[in-house]
Amino acid sequence: MEPLSWGAIFAKAAMQFWPVWAAMLVTFFLSTALKRRLGLYGKLFDSTVGMFGFGIVTFWVFTAVFADQIITHDPLAQLSGMKNALPGMAVKSPAEGGYPFYLFGGDSLARDVFSRMVMGARDVLKIAPAATVFAFMVGVTLGLPAGYFGGKLDTFLSFLANLVLAFPVILLFYLLVTPEIVQTGIPVIFAAILFVFPIVFFTILFNSRFHMNPAKRNLYVGLTLALGLWAYSGLAFNADPVGLFSMDPNLLNVFVSVVFVNSPGVFRIVRGLVMDIKARDYVAAGQTRGESSWYIMLWEILPNARGPLIVDFCLRIGYTTILLGTLGFFGLGVSPESPDWGSTIDDGRKLLAIFPHAAVVPALALMSLVLGLNLLADGLREESLKD
Amino acid sequence: MEDWDPSKPILEIENLSISFFTRLREIPAVMDFSCTVMAGEAMGLVGESGCGKSTVALAVMRDLGKTGRITGGSIRFKGRDLTRLSEEELRHIRGSEIAMIYQEPMASLNPAMKVGAQLAEVPVIHQNMAKAEAWALARQIVADVRLPDPDRILNAYPHQLSGGQQQRIVIAMALMAKPALLILDEPTTALDVTVEAGIVDLVKDLGAKYGTSMLFISHNLGLVLDVCDRICVMYSGEAVETGNVEEVFTSMRHPYTQALFRSIPLPGADKNARPLISIPGNFPLPHERPPGCNFGPRCDYFEKGRCDAADVPMETVPDAHRHESRCRKWREIDWQAPPKARIAKEKLPFGKVVLRMDDLKKYYSVSTGAFGGGSKKVVKANETLSFEAREGETLAIVGESGCGKSTFAKVLMGLETATSGQIMLFDENVQSTPIQKRGADTVSQVQMVFQNPFDTLNPSMTVGRQIIRALEVFRKGDNDADRQRMMLDLMDLVKLPRAFAERMPRQLSGGQKQRVGIARAFAGGAKVVVADEPVSALDVSVQAAVTDLLMDIQRENRTTLLFISHDLSIVRYLADRVMVMYLGHVVEMGTTEQVFSPPYHPYTEALLSAVPIADPTVVRKRIVLEGEIPSAMNPPPGCPFQTRCRWKVQVPGGLCDTELPPVRDLGEHHQIKCHLSAEVLATMEPVIKVAAE
Amino acid sequence: MLAFVLRRLGVMLLTALALTFIVFALTNLQPNLEKLAKSEASVRMSDDAVRAWLSENGYSGTMISRYGQWLGVLPGWTGATADGTATGRCVERGVAAEATPRFCGILQGDWGQSTVFKKPVLDMLGRALGHTGWLMLAVMLVMVPTALLIGVLAGMREGSKTDRVLSTAAIATTATPEYVSGVIFIALFASATAGISPLLVEWGWLTGRKTLFQGTATSAMDDITFWNFALPVMTIALYGIGYIARMTRASMTEVMTQQYIRTARLKGVGFGQVVMKHALRNALIAPFTVIMLQFPWLLNGVVIVETLFNYKGFGWTLVQAAGNNDIDMLLACSVVAVFVVLLTQLISDIGYVFLNPRIRLS
Repeated sequence: MEPLSWGAIFAKAAMQFWPVWAAMLVTFFLSTALKRRLGLYGKLFDSTVGMFGFGIVTFWVFTAVFADQIITHDPLAQLSGMKNALPGMAVKSPAEGGYPFYLFGGDSLARDVFSRMVMGARDVLKIAPAATVFAFMVGVTLGLPAGYFGGKLDTFLSFLANLVLAFPVILLFYLLVTPEIVQTGIPVIFAAILFVFPIVFFTILFNSRFHMNPAKRNLYVGLTLALGLWAYSGLAFNADPVGLFSMDPNLLNVFVSVVFVNSPGVFRIVRGLVMDIKARDYVAAGQTRGESSWYIMLWEILPNARGPLIVDFCLRIGYTTILLGTLGFFGLGVSPESPDWGSTIDDGRKLLAIFPHAAVVPALALMSLVLGLNLLADGLREESLKD
Repeated sequence: MEDWDPSKPILEIENLSISFFTRLREIPAVMDFSCTVMAGEAMGLVGESGCGKSTVALAVMRDLGKTGRITGGSIRFKGRDLTRLSEEELRHIRGSEIAMIYQEPMASLNPAMKVGAQLAEVPVIHQNMAKAEAWALARQIVADVRLPDPDRILNAYPHQLSGGQQQRIVIAMALMAKPALLILDEPTTALDVTVEAGIVDLVKDLGAKYGTSMLFISHNLGLVLDVCDRICVMYSGEAVETGNVEEVFTSMRHPYTQALFRSIPLPGADKNARPLISIPGNFPLPHERPPGCNFGPRCDYFEKGRCDAADVPMETVPDAHRHESRCRKWREIDWQAPPKARIAKEKLPFGKVVLRMDDLKKYYSVSTGAFGGGSKKVVKANETLSFEAREGETLAIVGESGCGKSTFAKVLMGLETATSGQIMLFDENVQSTPIQKRGADTVSQVQMVFQNPFDTLNPSMTVGRQIIRALEVFRKGDNDADRQRMMLDLMDLVKLPRAFAERMPRQLSGGQKQRVGIARAFAGGAKVVVADEPVSALDVSVQAAVTDLLMDIQRENRTTLLFISHDLSIVRYLADRVMVMYLGHVVEMGTTEQVFSPPYHPYTEALLSAVPIADPTVVRKRIVLEGEIPSAMNPPPGCPFQTRCRWKVQVPGGLCDTELPPVRDLGEHHQIKCHLSAEVLATMEPVIKVAAE
Repeated sequence: MLAFVLRRLGVMLLTALALTFIVFALTNLQPNLEKLAKSEASVRMSDDAVRAWLSENGYSGTMISRYGQWLGVLPGWTGATADGTATGRCVERGVAAEATPRFCGILQGDWGQSTVFKKPVLDMLGRALGHTGWLMLAVMLVMVPTALLIGVLAGMREGSKTDRVLSTAAIATTATPEYVSGVIFIALFASATAGISPLLVEWGWLTGRKTLFQGTATSAMDDITFWNFALPVMTIALYGIGYIARMTRASMTEVMTQQYIRTARLKGVGFGQVVMKHALRNALIAPFTVIMLQFPWLLNGVVIVETLFNYKGFGWTLVQAAGNNDIDMLLACSVVAVFVVLLTQLISDIGYVFLNPRIRLS
């Protein structure tokens, strides 16, 4: 068969994405119809930039969700004769019912670049948001008391945060993300420390709110502890009795490192916001009412810091995506076979000057996702500042 | 512009309409506004926040921002229509012909430029003056605005000056090109009263000296009386009454003006015998204005079918000086009739002592220097505070910024602990018990009402939820349903519709938020309430209503009210006893009667004279304090007030410089902290006299 | 001021100690040492042999004592081989035992020996830093003026068309990490099969070489030309440009809404003068800090770009050291990186104070 023309390549690729288009259409239709009732999320649809960013992000999210339907080939399968195939090249000996083309060409191991890119989205979007959530839990739980109490605690925590921030990220990754480190068990210790923060956070959150109503308090705190410790045992120690929660040691190491690198940034932002908000009268009103410090931090201050935090959350997912890519680029990724974008760029760059497509495709994918997140953050910032 | 005839108006605004355009709609901010300012005349523009007075000023400067647009009418300055000038022509007028001064002096000055450079810039732009010459002129003008040591000031950065000095610099900057028209937008609102008095004097004198016309924007009627010749009262985007200041003040011809005067505490008002009358209802939002007269829904004289039939035009009042009113019924209203709604109330008898402070001291140690290092300094925020307050009593604590009144509140609430001394609350010693260690009972009995209505409620929680939370913390009610009911009762108590419980704070007006704050404070049946300037951030018409509410609840619960304020008018109106503070010291304490009549402490005297009173029949002695309030970090030796005291010469032997005066009792528990002898004190004259009628 | 600088220096020193210790600990983990033993001696060593090799080479002490030796505050270890020759940290071949110094850590200038390059660490590092210095200089010269210009132009009229275009461009560049922009640049400008080079060759505009720019910067180590240096410089600068421009824009828009800008405008100052004289200085205070704090990220960019373009500077050396378990080299790289970062933080703090009269004179 003849190789496809560029127009045909894009048309066929777009067709492959049909579940994504459908899902996006539904999302946009529902959101614009209800936008006046959806608060900040609804207002996003008033900002061109924000809507554009949201569009890109939802595109990749749905791509990750429907990846199995979108891919044309097994992302790990190597088809003979397709080594470094140019985009649009027809598969030499297509299997029965198999897709007849390598839409975006083949890589140096004769795998389908298109399918790897699509699967890479799933890889990235599995880790980046989750790691950012954990980083937020750590940063918020430590940033609140540092900003609120100030003094020695603040000095100490800020020193620690600056310590981590002063590390060039790559150096840190080279030190933390190595097979040798996994042997020593350090990642498990890290995980044990970092993963405890969400449990602590929610326990304090519910306890401070319901402490004068023991029945409710026990219910919420009990649920938090039960669920939290169950997940904790699985994620940190791989000791979940039921086996629902578990994490591959390599993945755990990458995950923990990314959380570790991100938390100080969140800490600094939260600390700054708290120092600003704690001077408000409603905080003083809480104090004169005899509220506990944690209630004031979690229920009076934190909800009012949500605007900047949501914006930072979006930016930080983008930043985490870049970090994951960096890891992949230096071959420190989750696994060598993995189709995640960073590793694919790393694989592709060796023949970059001759066959650029294998590296350019994941590069553009990564860039567009981060761009979408940044635009989304910008739109949110703009809209949250208005009225 | 040489062909301009000085007998013609300097500024003539005709049928001006201004709108702001948002994504959703056009918001008319000013409608059909006309006013005329003659040469050398000072025109006061008065109204509540949101009435459009500042918008008019910005329209004159043609600086309405991206969203604002003049939709009709003309603004003629010396005969030229400003609405048609190009950007370049405007640039020549701004700063040289028309200058503007705003509320926040610190924000109006460039923090990274020396004061001198900012001043000299004006003649350099407009008159092409050489730099050296411009600096010389700047130096002269700085001396004109009565700033000491002009050379030092010219070389200073704005943050090195105090608020009062900064405002003088802003005024100097406006005067650099000797403009024909000066627009002042709330120029003293951010300043302390004694500083304000100095600025007001300066503005008046300079206006006379340079023959400058002024457009003076303020919400403070007293201030307008002090400064202006003419007044224009605005309500919801319209001018409702204009005329000579005295005419409008004594024989107003618009119901809004009348209601405004009835709602502000003038000398003679009394919380029991002659309570204030608040204006019912709320200021209409710009896009929800009623048909016909904007003031209609809140007006006592409203007549259906007439007042809301069509737009009301301005009508000239005969036999007066350019007096106009925008009222359909001004001819038929009996303007002399006493208000109907005034109900005299019983005076509340005081009960037992609930709060006693003995020799309370609160010192802070702060580190100085920009880089965190440097030496530690002790700030004496409160020095030997002693007083007692009884059940049902209102004790006012008066003083300007830095006097220590807020620290005192913090120590009482338990947010800080005292350095030494005693606080007896009911039968408990609480001076060193921080709030976390106080029982729920003690905490719920001492509560606080905060100053800033926009800050007092958590913006992300419904109003009802916030009150319920207070009930939960104070352990009131047995279950959620119980507390829900109690919360609704509290909403009734503060006269808010029950439906408001579901609203978010941003959906409430300032006065409504303050009511929620009061409801929250009384959730646990508070016995002692510290009200920290609870109404100073509210509009005049709302102030009266909130004050009334506070006193009604006080009457019902027999609450002891500690009313912290810098506004002596309102203090005279509602306080039973007054405590005057200066730099952490109580300089005078006594019943309201005692404090407001001689003999005074010299500081009280100055304070009283500085407060503008919106009543032309009141004669006030002008005492303008020299200098600035010293920093609490570096207080003067001896008497704290000695640096600004005009009576200091009467004390022999320089005692004021060296020795802190003792507390003296002038009889009937009237205490004063001053070295002046009894004879000298006896010679003091009353500051405020109501002219015989 | 002096007290402030001293205090900052103290904190800096403490941070440096803490950081170098962490790096030391992480590079000297037992598995790393075992790997080192196997790569230095023999790959097929028994566990016992590994242990023996490690203790013979001074790797058996506690982590703290070895850190102290490396730092040069504790005396270097000494020992003897089976045949009786004295060994020790400070022992060098050909130097008599009496002349051997007791201390030989980085404080004494002994940074150790690179196991990958088989050269003293200090020599390697010096050359690498020299290369990277040129790269950084070029990046700064491109990045800072461009970013400030874009930021100021975008921020002076918020919401205008210029603002929208420039802001979106800035966001786009911050969304492009170096390994993405580098790849795209090479594909566009330095590929013989894709991008614009084949077209240029076809049109006859490009003779004598196949690509417009060179895809590697190896030749720039000897002779920097526009054609071999532009791509790496642009790759690093691009991300920074967007970032600094956004900060500058944010700062500028904030300043432009300040009351004193209105004061200036209503004094009759023209728009150009308002921007230049009144807004600029206030608006540049915040970005200055950002530029300085940008260094840790620039370091990242340097590592990626030097790897991608095969430019043997500091970043490349670091990757080689880390990838090959070259402990002394990696430690030395960390020390340099940490000091660069801390130094820029100090400069940013001091500079902030000097730019801002509000702090300087209070």
